Amino acid sequence: MVAVILPGNASCQGCPISMAMRCLDEIENPVLVIPAGCSTVIAGIHPNSAMKCPVVHSPFTAAPSVACGLSEAYKRMGVRANVIAWMGDGAVDISFSALSASAARKDDYITIVVDNEAYMNTGTQASLSTFWKARTTTSPAGKTEERRNIALLMLAHRIEYAATASVGYLRDLKRKFRKAGEMRGFRFIHVHAPCPPGWRFPSEKTVEVARKAVMSGAWILWEYDGEFRLSKEGERYALKENRIPLREYLKQGRFSHLDDKEIEELEKKIDEEWKTILKLF
Amino acid sequence: MDLSPLIAKPTYGSAGETGRWRNYRPVINTELCIKCGECMMYCPEGVISKNLIINYTYCKGCGVCREVCIQKAIVMMPE
Repeated sequence: MVAVILPGNASCQGCPISMAMRCLDEIENPVLVIPAGCSTVIAGIHPNSAMKCPVVHSPFTAAPSVACGLSEAYKRMGVRANVIAWMGDGAVDISFSALSASAARKDDYITIVVDNEAYMNTGTQASLSTFWKARTTTSPAGKTEERRNIALLMLAHRIEYAATASVGYLRDLKRKFRKAGEMRGFRFIHVHAPCPPGWRFPSEKTVEVARKAVMSGAWILWEYDGEFRLSKEGERYALKENRIPLREYLKQGRFSHLDDKEIEELEKKIDEEWKTILKLF
Repeated sequence: MDLSPLIAKPTYGSAGETGRWRNYRPVINTELCIKCGECMMYCPEGVISKNLIINYTYCKGCGVCREVCIQKAIVMMPE
């Protein structure tokens, strides 16, 4: 029962990040590098720590560089450690050029992105991975910009392992963590993490919302380890008739302003994304 | 130089006794429970043990366990 993360930490009720952090047990000898964000708060205030593994807090832009340096140092000292750059989607926006360069150099560490689709720690400002038309404090009428698919972008760097996962399917997520932990080279996992206060839904619905995202096709589960494939849990939603109506997923406070026409537009965007993914085989 | 005060130590309850945040208390109905372990796996706080005893000192009462329970064996009682 005693895991990498200890109970009584500062995460909100129903937090998807602490759910994903508990799955770090699957990775051997984890060393976390955490740029500022919700995860920093969860890791605790000095002299207490909620984590049982070494944690390095780093500035936003430096997280990939710090992780790269740490993993090289461990290698020279002969310590077999899995350095993990654990960041949110905000830190990905800010450290993107360092992350991209690091992926191109094939540095030896794991990047895990817990994507709650906005800058939640500072009060829900829109990020590049915020869902289309979602309401945030910087897009009060719904986000108009495009949504960036960071996992596909990292895949384009020809890295060793890239995957998307969801806190609604923890067995799949644990399998991907385990697989990444056993590999070497640059590994990237993108975890979908529905945030109850930021997306405005009751705290007990975290898992349900995460599953509905996959079931409606809004979040696609796939992995790449030399060959590209859809994950078993989300495979059947490639066919449109298997999906649940998108309306079911959009039952969140941040989408309450949408009308029928806008929902149709969103469905079209999701179909386009699936088309791209299905061409990658 | 003694560096030990500079190093943070792993502590239970690093944010205090988080059980005090709770409005509703999850209670497992042992007659309905089939010990599948879903609640244990999905609990964000990790307070449900292998023999399905809930640590109420740190349970924040989010209710995720009730939602993932296939048997509907968990009820949320008002504190």
